Amino acid sequence: MALGLESSLGDTVITTKLDEVINWGRQYSLWPFVFGTACCAIEFMSAAASQHDISRFGAEVVRFSPRQADLLLVCGTISYKQAPILKRIYEQMPDPKWVISMGACACSGGIYDNYCTVQGIDTIIPVDVFISGCPPRPEAVLDALIKIQDQIKGETVLKDRHKDFKGILD
Amino acid sequence: MNTTALEKIQAAFPDAICKVVLESVVLDVRPENLESTLSRLKNEPEFNCGLMVDVTAIDYLEYPQPPAARFYVVYTLRNWEKNILVQVRTPVLDPQAGITSATHLWGAALFGEREVYDQYGIHFQGHPDLRRILNHWQFEGHPLRKDYPIGKGQICYETDSLEKEIRARLAKKGVDDATLKDINTQVMFLNLGPSHPATHGAIRILTALDGETILANVNEVGYLHRGFEKTAENRTYNQIIPLTDRLNYCSSMLNNIAYAKAVESWLGVTITERAQFMRVVLSEFYRVLDHLVCLAAALVDMGGLTNYWYLYNEKEAAYDLISRLTGARLTSSFTRIGGMYRDFYDGWEKDLEVQLRGIEKGIGDSLKLVETNRIVHDRTQGVCILTAETALNYGFTGPTLRASGVPFDLRKDAPYYNYESFDFEVPVGSNGDIYDRFMIRFYEMAQSIRIIRQAMKHIPEGPINIKDSQVVLPAKQQVYSNIEGLANHFKLIFEGVKAPAGEWYDSFEAANGELGFHFVSDGSGKPYKLKVRPPCFYIMGGFHKMVEGNMIADAVINLSCINIIGGELDR
Repeated sequence: MALGLESSLGDTVITTKLDEVINWGRQYSLWPFVFGTACCAIEFMSAAASQHDISRFGAEVVRFSPRQADLLLVCGTISYKQAPILKRIYEQMPDPKWVISMGACACSGGIYDNYCTVQGIDTIIPVDVFISGCPPRPEAVLDALIKIQDQIKGETVLKDRHKDFKGILD
Repeated sequence: MNTTALEKIQAAFPDAICKVVLESVVLDVRPENLESTLSRLKNEPEFNCGLMVDVTAIDYLEYPQPPAARFYVVYTLRNWEKNILVQVRTPVLDPQAGITSATHLWGAALFGEREVYDQYGIHFQGHPDLRRILNHWQFEGHPLRKDYPIGKGQICYETDSLEKEIRARLAKKGVDDATLKDINTQVMFLNLGPSHPATHGAIRILTALDGETILANVNEVGYLHRGFEKTAENRTYNQIIPLTDRLNYCSSMLNNIAYAKAVESWLGVTITERAQFMRVVLSEFYRVLDHLVCLAAALVDMGGLTNYWYLYNEKEAAYDLISRLTGARLTSSFTRIGGMYRDFYDGWEKDLEVQLRGIEKGIGDSLKLVETNRIVHDRTQGVCILTAETALNYGFTGPTLRASGVPFDLRKDAPYYNYESFDFEVPVGSNGDIYDRFMIRFYEMAQSIRIIRQAMKHIPEGPINIKDSQVVLPAKQQVYSNIEGLANHFKLIFEGVKAPAGEWYDSFEAANGELGFHFVSDGSGKPYKLKVRPPCFYIMGGFHKMVEGNMIADAVINLSCINIIGGELDR
């Protein structure tokens, strides 16, 4: 709003920066893909149900196709058997995309420090926000969503995020 | 009860060593006699063990007094009508050569023996499809062997195609390669999952379709294998309780209670009256919650989203009560060996009654939408029928088995916690179709609420933990003020409750069916081995029997009505 053009164009037109208008749109229309594998997915169900109602934050359009989603919510334990599927789902999502790792298992393996559990999904795909808890409360999911929105606010369309990420499956 | 069963079995199998452990008769047979023993136990009318409950193996490598053979395989069988529980043990001298498979006797052995092969590396001769089930196909070694280090993870780079398996299944159904190549037959392969809205978690369902009809179906499980059993070997008995929360996470407290009951039965501990009533109230309450989630999700799959709000909102409301009671919403960890973590809070009866009324209203609202709904009837009645015989053969238990007309319920047939004195009915289905599997859960909720109200009326006052310093932690006052209390606390926390050396199996009627725990103890505070008998696992093993010949959309609602929970399925 700093160009001083509004006075000559009248009040039917507003001017802004491209990043700001795009980020504003992205922030409040995140379409989550719920990669629910375990207990955390039940808490996500609570976050989506009436009481906590994730639609108040503009993210209720839960997609089950990665091609239609831009927010990957990993809810639950990821085993080594599951890992290649998670990676493929992530790759199938179009850019720009964000990832929330929900719960102790997804963040670090949680109480399962053993032969079959991946010790944190950030070894496979890049993660933007981690939620602690086993399982986290629905409020924590909403908090993570707000954090992602805040993060989007400061981003630019010109930068390719996570281009250099290398995980154990790459 | 089982002394007569013991005499009968000992007389019938003079070569075997028989003994009674808790509720079960344990037979030790030589490997060459295994097959004949199993087939006689199944087929002879006086034993009639139609239900293969579980199969597992034991690795005695690090056991203090190891038997001659390193590995033993144990089959757990049940005659549900007469409540006879039999365990058949046999040594495995050479795991590579293995023992004879029981797949020709019970369909349940198809999944069960695959798990033993995967986890212990024991071969089963004659098993038609012996490959890994819980671990991925690129895995090397067998994790439940004692010499496999717990932290040794192995990366999987690619998922298994399952092409060989689906072609084998097609061939078995009479569709050979020539038919597949015929231009007039259009067999299409359709893969659902492991990340698919219809699979409710991580299961993979691969179907071969002719039009919309399923010709053949193979399933892949194990995507949520979290190493429960290996982890449990490194925890004290009380430390395992939080792990049990995460088996069937929709009804976490049922698992807590089932687990604590299994350990207490071996310790010879009888918990206090009040604790028994608490466990009845809470397990029935959680059974209701489990069914609520199952039905809420299942009806969404059928397109009835409104039911989700009616049913799930009641579960959400229940979290208030549960949080006040346990401090957590989902994972309660509320039992302890020898009793409960805490007593009910003041005024719990009122809260619970409000909750029950809410649930009854939710169920009523949902039933109004469903019960006489033509669309629901057309989609579910006569669809995916499973006969009682097949259900038993594949090791089904719980509501899914009862929907097929078998009135087997451990609360009636092998009662614990005074269940025999409660007035309730066991709903039984008549057709074994999806409709029965749906409705049985609705009716079971009503029965559970009946039990809760009776238990609330009769719950006695008194302590919730037994007085045994070897089992239950001392009061905090004692710990902070005298050395005996402190030492007692320290020993119990660090060394755990010491279970006498031995092996036992104990089971419990969980929301999905028989939840069993098979323990081996070496006398220390940690189990030497702990195998869970999850009801879901065997139900999933018989999934193809329900869906083949039906349509793909029916398979989706069939999956939701059997309530597969990943944590319990894959452990």
